[in-house]
Amino acid sequence: MTRANMLIRLAPWLFTIGLFVIWEGAVRIFQIPEFFLPPPTAVAKAFYEYWPAIYRNSLITLEATLVGFALAVGFGLALGLVIGWSRTIYAGIYPLMIGFNAIPKVAVVPILVLWFGIGFVPAVLTAFLISFFPIVVNVATGLATIEPELEDVLKALGASKLDIMRKVGIPRSLPYFFGSLKIAITLAFVGTVISESIASNYGIGNLMLQAQAQFQVPLIFAGLVALAVEGIVMYWLMAILETRMTGWAQRSGFAQN
Amino acid sequence: MSGFIDLHGVSHRYGGIQAGPEGVLAVEDLTISVGRGEFAAVVGPSGCGKSTLMKLVTGLQFPYAGSVTVGGEKVSQPVKIAGMAFQAPTLLPWRTTLENLLLPLEIVQPHRSELRRKKSEYVARAEKLLASVGLGGFGAKYPWQLSGGMQQRTSLCRALIHEPQLLMLDEPFGALDAFTREELWCVIRDLHAARKITIVLVTHDLREAVFLADRVFVMSSRPGRILVERKIDIPRPRDLEVTFTKEFQDIVHDLRGHIVQARQ
Repeated sequence: MTRANMLIRLAPWLFTIGLFVIWEGAVRIFQIPEFFLPPPTAVAKAFYEYWPAIYRNSLITLEATLVGFALAVGFGLALGLVIGWSRTIYAGIYPLMIGFNAIPKVAVVPILVLWFGIGFVPAVLTAFLISFFPIVVNVATGLATIEPELEDVLKALGASKLDIMRKVGIPRSLPYFFGSLKIAITLAFVGTVISESIASNYGIGNLMLQAQAQFQVPLIFAGLVALAVEGIVMYWLMAILETRMTGWAQRSGFAQN
Repeated sequence: MSGFIDLHGVSHRYGGIQAGPEGVLAVEDLTISVGRGEFAAVVGPSGCGKSTLMKLVTGLQFPYAGSVTVGGEKVSQPVKIAGMAFQAPTLLPWRTTLENLLLPLEIVQPHRSELRRKKSEYVARAEKLLASVGLGGFGAKYPWQLSGGMQQRTSLCRALIHEPQLLMLDEPFGALDAFTREELWCVIRDLHAARKITIVLVTHDLREAVFLADRVFVMSSRPGRILVERKIDIPRPRDLEVTFTKEFQDIVHDLRGHIVQARQ
C-alpha cells in the first residue's frame, strides 16, 4: 500500500478524532459550562453510564427506521416506475408529490397519532413519508433519460413499451435507485426521531427529550452521537450495496484520488 | 418503378400528425424509390429532414401526406425488418459487447421465443459477426472498455444480428476520426456485398456517400425535397484508392455544387 492510499484509509478516523480534539480543547480553553456544551469526555462518560438505555432505545429507533425505509423502498420503486411509465400519470402525480414533500413531517405526526396512537407505528410512517420522495424522483429520472435513439432502435424491432422498460428502463434506473437509497436511509432516521420526540415513550428521540427535561445535557449529546453512528453505518451499507449492484455505472476515476 | 422502399409524394411535419397544419414542414413531396439490395445514400444540409426520412421508412412516424411502402406493404407500424444504427453507438453499459449484440434477438420474433433453446447457436452467430468486423474476442468486454470506433462496429453488428432485410444508418460515422471512418466504410461495403441487404445511409459526408452508395439523393434545406438523384457508376468492389481518382472527385464536386445551392 502506498503512502497516499494509507492516508486515504486513515483520513476518516483522523478527521473525526480531530473534530473531537478541537471540541474538547475549545470547551476547556473557553471554559464553556457543561449544561451549554459538554466536552466529548463528558459525552463519553454519559454514554458509559447510560449504556443500557442508549443501547435499548437505539435498537428501537433502528427498527422503526428500517421498517419505514423498507416501505419507502417498495412504495418508492413502484411509484417511480409508474411515473416513469406514463407521462399523464407523471403530470398528474408530480405536483401532488412535490406539495406533499414540502409539508414539514413534524406537522403530520399529530395526525398519525390521531389515527394510530403513539409509539412504533407513527415512527415507522414518518420515516416512510420522509424517505420515499428521493427514491421516486430518482427512479423516474432514470426512466425519463433513456436515449431516444435507443428507443427508436428497439421500437423499429417491434419492441413493446414493456420490453423497453424491462431491457433498458429498469436496468438504467438502477444506479439512480441505489444512489437514492443513501439519501433515503439518512432521511428515514430523521423521520423516526421526529416522531419519537413528539409521540413515543421509546427510542433515541424520546430518550433525548427526557434528558432535556432533566437537564442532562451530556446525555442529549450521547443520543446525538448514537444516531450519527447508526446513520453512518446504514449509509455505508447502502454505499456498499450500490457498488455491488451497479459497478458498471461507477467507472470514473475522477473521485478516486 | 416499384422498389423495395417507395416513398410517394410524402410530406411530414415536425411533431407528427398531431402537430396539424401549423406544424413546421420537415419534408415536402418526397418521392424516392430504392430497389432491393440497393445501397442508397441521402445527403443534404443539416436540418433538412434526413432523420425524419429515417423515421418514416422504419415506421416510427407516419407521413402527413403521401404514402410509404416497404417490402410491398404500406407502413402502418414499426417495420420490424430493419436494423438501425446512429451517430451515437447507444450500447447498454451494463451489458457486455456480446450481450448487447443479443438484445435484438430478445425482442424480434421468431428469435425471441427460441432464444433460450438456441442460445449457443445465437452466441456463435454473434461471435462470428463480431469477428467479421474485426472485433473477434472482444465479446466479453463492456462497451466502455472499447474505443469509439469499436463501439460503433458493435452498434453496426447489433443492427445486423437479426439478419434484417433493411439497414438504416443515420450518420453512423459522424463522431469518428477520419481514419477510423474510412476503415468502417470498408466494413459496411463488405457487409453489403456479402449479405445483399438494402441499405439507406443518411450522411453529410459526400465522399462517404459516393464511395458507398449505388445512388445518391441530394435533399434541399427545410422543408426537405429531393433536388438531385445521381447514380454512382463506379464499379464494385471499390477500393479506398478509388476516392483519389478524378472520376470520384468529379462526382463529389458536382454533388457539392448542388448542396451549396440547396443551402441558399
